[in-house]
Amino acid sequence: MIPLAYSLVLGALLFAIGVVGIFLNRRNLIILLMAIELMLLAVNMNFIAFSHHLRDLDGQVFVFFILTVAAAESAIGLAILVVLFRNRSNINVDELDDLKG
Amino acid sequence: MDFTLILFYVFGAVLLGSAMLVVLVRNPVHAALFLVLAFVTAAALWLLLYAEFLAITLVLVYVGAVMVLFLFVVMMLDINIDLLREGFWRNAPLAALVGLLMAFEMVALLLRGSKGAAAATGAPPAGYSNTKALGSVLYTDYVFPFELAAVILLVAIIAAIALTLRQRKETKYQDPGTQLSARPSERLRIVKGMGTGSSQSVGGQTSSTIEQKSVPGSGQ
Repeated sequence: MIPLAYSLVLGALLFAIGVVGIFLNRRNLIILLMAIELMLLAVNMNFIAFSHHLRDLDGQVFVFFILTVAAAESAIGLAILVVLFRNRSNINVDELDDLKG
Repeated sequence: MDFTLILFYVFGAVLLGSAMLVVLVRNPVHAALFLVLAFVTAAALWLLLYAEFLAITLVLVYVGAVMVLFLFVVMMLDINIDLLREGFWRNAPLAALVGLLMAFEMVALLLRGSKGAAAATGAPPAGYSNTKALGSVLYTDYVFPFELAAVILLVAIIAAIALTLRQRKETKYQDPGTQLSARPSERLRIVKGMGTGSSQSVGGQTSSTIEQKSVPGSGQ
């Protein structure tokens, strides 16, 4: 039997790794997308743990929707990445300053 | 310490290790493969937490579809890794600081509150079907969000196609609508011959000359 806090700690550590990945791979858009997937996985882990320990299925339903939205997000993100590479021949985030932001 | 807890520790260690490798490894293909390992391990952990349907969904949707998409894109793009890795370790102290602080704060909070709420929940009763229960909730209470999720997936399909579809300007193609709507009078013009002398006639065809017009609708 897994205590609730253990699953939550695992989710928290996974989320922190995702944040560290965003900091480290600031230039590589592909790894940035992967780090976002890791953070979503951490959130899902928390939802599953609470759903199990509270005996409530709503958490799992929420994970279902998060999976849907995350799949759509990564599909569109990768499509944008392909268009970006086609237009600029690299995916360096530092050079994406056309809007002068 | 029972066997389930040992499995939890092992899978948790594998999950955290593969997640670290995803963000640290140099080659994006290796990063994608380690992310596959992380997702499979997370699915195993969800099985330990009795979320069977979502564990299988994670493997099917993520490992089967999304990660294959990632691998396609990684292998399709010819990226210069050295340029992207430049300054990788310059950000490392800040990243480690932020990550350790976040992890410390969350873990401290969670472990402090776990003294009273540590009572673990056991297995669901016999004959309980996670998929059936989830389906009955999903199609009754959550039917409207469920349809919204379908719309979101449709939007994702259309957006991905619209972003990456490329119309080649130099490609020659036929327009079936123009071809089908063409009348014979547009293609053939029958000119009544002026000459009456039989010496000029060749095979009796001189009086009417058939001219081929340029054909619209092909070769655009």
